[in-house]
Order: sequence, then structure tokens, then C-alpha cells
Amino acid sequence: MTANGKGVSLRLENCAKTYPGGIQVLSPMTLEIARGETVVLLGPSGCGKTTTLRIIAGLIQPDHGGRVLFDGVDVTSVPIEKRNVGMVFQSYALFPNMTVAGNIGYGLKIRHVPKAERRKRVDAMMQLVGIDTLHDRRVDQLSGGQRQRVALARAVACQPRVLLLDEPLTALDASLRDRLRTDLNQLFRSLGITTIYVTHDQGEAMALGDRIVVMTKGTIAQVGTPDEIYFRPANRFVAEFIGAANILEGPLQSEVMLLPGGQLHIDGGRTGDTAVAMVRPEAIGIVSPDGASWTGRIQTKIFLGDRLRLTVAEAATSAIVVDASNRLVVQVGDRVGLTVPNGSVRLLTS
Amino acid sequence: MIAARLPVALQAAFTVLVTAFLIVPAVMSMLAGVTVQYSRGLSSGLTLEWVVEVWTLYSDTILRSVLIALATLGCTLTIGVPAAYGLQVTGGRIARVIEEIITLPLAIPGLAIALGMIITYGGVGSFRQSSLFILAGHVVFTMPFMIRSVMAVLGVIDLDTLDESAASLGASRWQRFIDVVVPNAIPGILAGSLTVVTLSLGEFNLTWMLHTPLTKTLPVGLADSYASMRLEIASAYTLIFFVLLVPLLAAMQFAARNRATRGRQ
Repeated sequence: MTANGKGVSLRLENCAKTYPGGIQVLSPMTLEIARGETVVLLGPSGCGKTTTLRIIAGLIQPDHGGRVLFDGVDVTSVPIEKRNVGMVFQSYALFPNMTVAGNIGYGLKIRHVPKAERRKRVDAMMQLVGIDTLHDRRVDQLSGGQRQRVALARAVACQPRVLLLDEPLTALDASLRDRLRTDLNQLFRSLGITTIYVTHDQGEAMALGDRIVVMTKGTIAQVGTPDEIYFRPANRFVAEFIGAANILEGPLQSEVMLLPGGQLHIDGGRTGDTAVAMVRPEAIGIVSPDGASWTGRIQTKIFLGDRLRLTVAEAATSAIVVDASNRLVVQVGDRVGLTVPNGSVRLLTS
Repeated sequence: MIAARLPVALQAAFTVLVTAFLIVPAVMSMLAGVTVQYSRGLSSGLTLEWVVEVWTLYSDTILRSVLIALATLGCTLTIGVPAAYGLQVTGGRIARVIEEIITLPLAIPGLAIALGMIITYGGVGSFRQSSLFILAGHVVFTMPFMIRSVMAVLGVIDLDTLDESAASLGASRWQRFIDVVVPNAIPGILAGSLTVVTLSLGEFNLTWMLHTPLTKTLPVGLADSYASMRLEIASAYTLIFFVLLVPLLAAMQFAARNRATRGRQ
């Protein structure tokens, strides 16, 4: 069962937010979201992601000149209760005075959906999110995961034009979060509603987003698909925020970066002053130091089960992290050669 | 062992003494109301004659008090609950200032409030001479208790998010108020209601200034009977007052206990 067709396309046009006292929490931003797309707003606390979500919801107004468009129609001045958006809050915000079914059916009741039809849709929603046995359960008798599912069912029951989720998994423990992340992914794909998902967890963003909007200090740092964001970060902030990244700094000579431990080939590099480049830990290979163009000394070694995490000193201006095969035999203090496949090093702007 | 129990025993004895100090005068007063002749004590016999006489003489003040208390409750519910919701959702400096202004009657003596009302509205003859004048005074005096009580509960339930959540589902402000705010504020509304009714029934200072001979309430009548009637009648009046008030206090305790139990669950 799908709750809707494909929702609406969404456009934020020059949306900024300044609070009284002149504190600007969001710089003017323009963002296009396609119909049925799942976009994740990702960034650290205070980066403006929740403010953006609340502007889309209609809970706060953007500064003068900012516009929110649903399918090309300006809804900037339409209050939240008339926008037909579904929202899942971090605290779930379930109504304690209602049962599970009462919560899920509340939006339908507001829309005067007949009781029999309401019951049918509530049952369908409960089945969709896997809580069909909790119909008459009180909210305070639910676990965190069950509450999250009720909040989600409630948000989609009214067939919203846009589904908005504000860090819905943050309050859950890690294992439950991983499980629900997979469930959410399947649900978003089956519903096909335009979805905006706010999180500070890059794993969640990678798993759920068709595209990710990485934000920092009230601005958009990069918009892209998960693999674009991961492999081709636009700048140092994105590189360091998404996954583990080794930031290398050194002078460039043609396509070669000169480092304390040797030389590193960089595609597209041009001779100039000090450049900054990024290479992911899993992209670096460990080889024999004999004849290697880039070497270093193993400083620490941690066995993580699926891989060996090494810290290698003397290779760059600061120690670098390498994820090697869990069967690699090396000792702390060993001198090792380092290799990086072509195209795995990315030059960054600061 | 004995040394360990001694502080507990002392505490219990002290509690009993203090309780007795508070309760004995009230019990004595009520007993006087059913004693044939107080100066001769219980040996003179028990009677309901004084209670009947009080009812004959003062039933209008008792009924008026009950009506004013219920009307005060109606006003504080109608104005206070939405006001608490508005203040809680609005937040910010202006809401805090308004809250302080509403709370002022708690700090100002009842006599001063009454004087202010007489100076301001005393010239409106029909209003001044009716029970509505006392009702207005009681509403001003009790409103902070209702608003504070409801706000305390709304503050605990994260009202802002619940409100936003209901709004996202399409509920208008009124629907949010009726469907989400009121049901979740019931413990506060209940506690506030009982406080308001109890305070209104027992209010003397303000009422004494606002009343006319035709708009006496129970506590004013009680003061009159103490001043002008024999002690047994005044005491019977006290007995009736207690009969009205004690069930309310018990209900308040019961509601508070229920709330605490639900909170623990």
C-alpha cells in the first residue's frame, strides 16, 4: 500500500532566517527537490538544517524575500495546518491522551474522513509500519521504536504532499537505529512521497538520501548523491564531516604532491603553492617500503574485526589513517610503503 | 536500637502535637455548634437546633457562596485555560510580563484589590450592588491559581511540540486546544478548579469590602454571626462551612495523588 502518488516538487528560493537581535541562523539558500525524491539535510548542530525543515513545514517564516514553492505554487504564507505536510519530530510528539490508533487517525479525523474509512486507513498504516497489534495501546506503554513507527504512520496517514522528519532516530539506541534505518529506507521507496530528512548522522544520510545537502554555519556546503558527497567532497568541511578522511597538505609540482614521506600522484594537480587534498583511509594500500614512492611508519594498530585500522606517521604533515585488510601482518614501528589508486585523491578548496 | 528509634518517636510526637494544635480548635468550634449550651459543655447534650437556625437565617449566604464559587470556576476555566495555553505557546518576554501582571493579585492584599475595584467600578450602581461585583473580585483573585496550575502541567508535557505536531496534521488552533491541550492539561485544570472553588468559598478579605447587606457570602455571614449572635450559632455556621469545604479538600488531595501515581507510571 502506498500512502500517496509522488508528493510535490519543492523549491526553496532565497530562504534565509534572521532572529530578533540580528542573529542570522540561515544564509539565503536556494534548493530544488524533485517530486518523490528523498533529500537529507545533514550537518552538525546549529548548521541551520532544522531551521530549513521548519521553513518548509511552515512553522517559521523565512526572512523577507524568501519563498517556498510546492509544485511551483508559493506556499510561503500558508500556515502549517493548511500545507498538508507530514512531520515526524525528534521527540515523536505523540498525543498522550490518545491511543495508538487515535494518534494515527487524528489527521484523518480533522479532515472529516468517515469513521469506517478512517479505521481502514489507520489499520493499513499500522500494517505498513509493522505495529498492527498495538491498535488500542496507550502511548506511554510503547517502546522507543514503536513510538517512532506510530509517529511515522501518523505523519503519512493523511497522504501529505511532503514528508518531513526531524532527526527521528536520534532518541533510539544504536542497534535499533540501524534496524529502523533499513525499514525507513524501504518505506520511503514504497511511499514515494517527497521526503526531507534532517540528521547529523552521516550513516543515516548515506543510507536514506537520494541526495544529501551538507550544511554548515547556515549555508549549503554541498548538494549531491551520497557517492558524490563521499568521493568528491566539494571542500575540506564536507570531506572531514562525511566519513573518515586524511587531509594532506603540501606543495604541488605538476600532478605530484610533495609530502614528508615521499610523493603522491594527484590527477589534475597543477604546479603551485601548498595544496590541500583528501584521501579516504580505505583507498590507501599497504605495500613493501622498498621502491615505494610514499612511505611511513606504523604508529598504532587497532583490529576492528572487518578491517585493521592503522595510524601511519611520517607520511604526511600529520599522521594518516589507513584501513587495511584484517589479515595484514604488520607491527607497530614497521616502515611501510603506501599506494593510492589513480583518482582516489581529491584536491580540496579550503 | 532504642537510640535509633528515638528520633522517629520524637518526630511522631511532634507531628501529633502540631496536628492537634491545629485541629482541636476547629473540632471544638464544630462541637460547640451541636452542643445545647456551650458554657456547660457536652454534658448539656447534643442538638441540631443551631444548625437548623443557621440554615434558616443564613441559607441565602450559603447558596450565594456556592453559586459565586461555581461562577468563579466557570470564569476562570473559560478565561484561564485558554490564557495559559496562549502564554505557554507564545513564550518570550511579552508572555512573561503578562503572566506577572496576571499573578499580581497573589501579592496584593485582598483589601487593596477590593478598594481598587470600588474606586473604579463603584459608580456603576447595578453592578456594585449585585453579586456580580463579588464574582468579579473572586475571578481576579483566583485567576492566577488556575493559570499557574494549568501552565505548570503544560510546561511538563512539551506543549510546543505537541501543538506543532497537531498543526502539522491539519488541526486549527481551536482544534488543537480542544483535542490536545485540554485533555493533557486535565490534572492542572482539576487542581486549579479545586483551588479556585475552595478559595472562593472561603474568601473573606476582599468579599468583606465588596459585599452589600444583600450580597453577603458565607464567610461574611460567619463573621457577622460571630460578632452578633450567640456562640453556638456561630459555631454551627462553622460546621456548615466545614461540611462544604472538607469534601473539596479531600477531592483535591485525591486528584493530586492520582496525578502523582500517573506520573510515576
